[in-house]
Amino acid sequence: MATETLRVVCYLNQFFGQLGGEEKAGVGPQVADGAVGAARAVQQALGDAGTVVATVICGDNYAAEQAERAVAELASLVAVARPDLVVAGPAFLAGRYGVACGALCAAVQAKLKIPVVTGMHAENPGVELYRRQVYIVQTGAEATRMLAEVKRLVALGLKLARGEAIGTPAADGYFARGVTRNVLAGASAADRAVAMLLDKLAARPFASEVPRPAFPPVPAPRLVKTLEDATIALVTDGGLVPQGNPDGIEALNATRYGAYSIGGKTGLDPAQYDNPHRGYDTTWVKQDPHRLVPVDVVRELEQSGAIGKLHETVYSTVGVATTLAHSARMGREIAEQLRAAGVDAVILTST
Amino acid sequence: MTPVAVMVGANRIVPAAGIIHPLGNADLSPDDEKALRRRIVEQARQALRTEVARPTVFKPE
Repeated sequence: MATETLRVVCYLNQFFGQLGGEEKAGVGPQVADGAVGAARAVQQALGDAGTVVATVICGDNYAAEQAERAVAELASLVAVARPDLVVAGPAFLAGRYGVACGALCAAVQAKLKIPVVTGMHAENPGVELYRRQVYIVQTGAEATRMLAEVKRLVALGLKLARGEAIGTPAADGYFARGVTRNVLAGASAADRAVAMLLDKLAARPFASEVPRPAFPPVPAPRLVKTLEDATIALVTDGGLVPQGNPDGIEALNATRYGAYSIGGKTGLDPAQYDNPHRGYDTTWVKQDPHRLVPVDVVRELEQSGAIGKLHETVYSTVGVATTLAHSARMGREIAEQLRAAGVDAVILTST
Repeated sequence: MTPVAVMVGANRIVPAAGIIHPLGNADLSPDDEKALRRRIVEQARQALRTEVARPTVFKPE
């Protein structure tokens, strides 16, 4: 079969490009003909399928400290070599290098429309930053198995360059890109679930079809003031809204939240509030909104001096079937507003 | 719902009075209901001034 030999450009940092160690981390983008340093492993993995026509190299610090400029310069060097495929790294667990590999790949793919592949360890920060945009092959933490890992990068890269179908992340060894693709399963969901259960009972390996979201740990902030000096805000995902739901907060799958003044109020008048939440029976919190947002007792704590101040704005949304992405965004926005208003702590009531 | 709160990584968790009325209980008299609410908020106040390193459930005393 006569297939055209692919032109491949490799991207390496100063170390894998054999310019030097940390003392050379400040060097700017440069290009060498053919395969240099670790790019020789790429050439070996390519065999007759392709030729490494150029190796583009940049120091880690240069790439990290002036990222936009470095990526633009590197992309120009790549363009000159007219590659059919760009292989960046692998960067293993090297953070600056991994981020640079991801950034260059994303730029080359978007601007030059050239297929790209890179590789790194799961904990390289480049993974979370770029895995949705580019194919990142999962590697070990260190370069001890360089050729074996480069072979996997090249195998996926060749598929991309040839326009062949790409397998699942597990099959082709790359980090999931958050893409949902319809496929025809060989058996019904019930059959597959029972088969999975039997595998589990027999202690055989099995893979869930539903990836569980990861919840990275959030450092717990310390209250830096005494409670007697602190301003405390009330936030809820239980759906408290003023009558008429002025912000149109959705009954489920919420994308919006509201900020409602309780300025001067010692309590919440049920006649002034409503609740669109469709994830629980709201009868009782509509009868008495304090069952959801305890303005009455927190105001008493303010008056008795047990807390410094009750923040005069309550934030509220509907937490049912809310996507993680919208939850995270709303939480971030609410936190920014609370911080700007000088709030020290939050009591978030949840249903 | 406290296991869910632990799973998603909330750091200071106070068990409340139930999904349909976390800070109340319609079966109680108004005075008892408010006392229940005070107890939960007081526990939240204690939680806020307690340093934690991981998701922690503050159990009722």
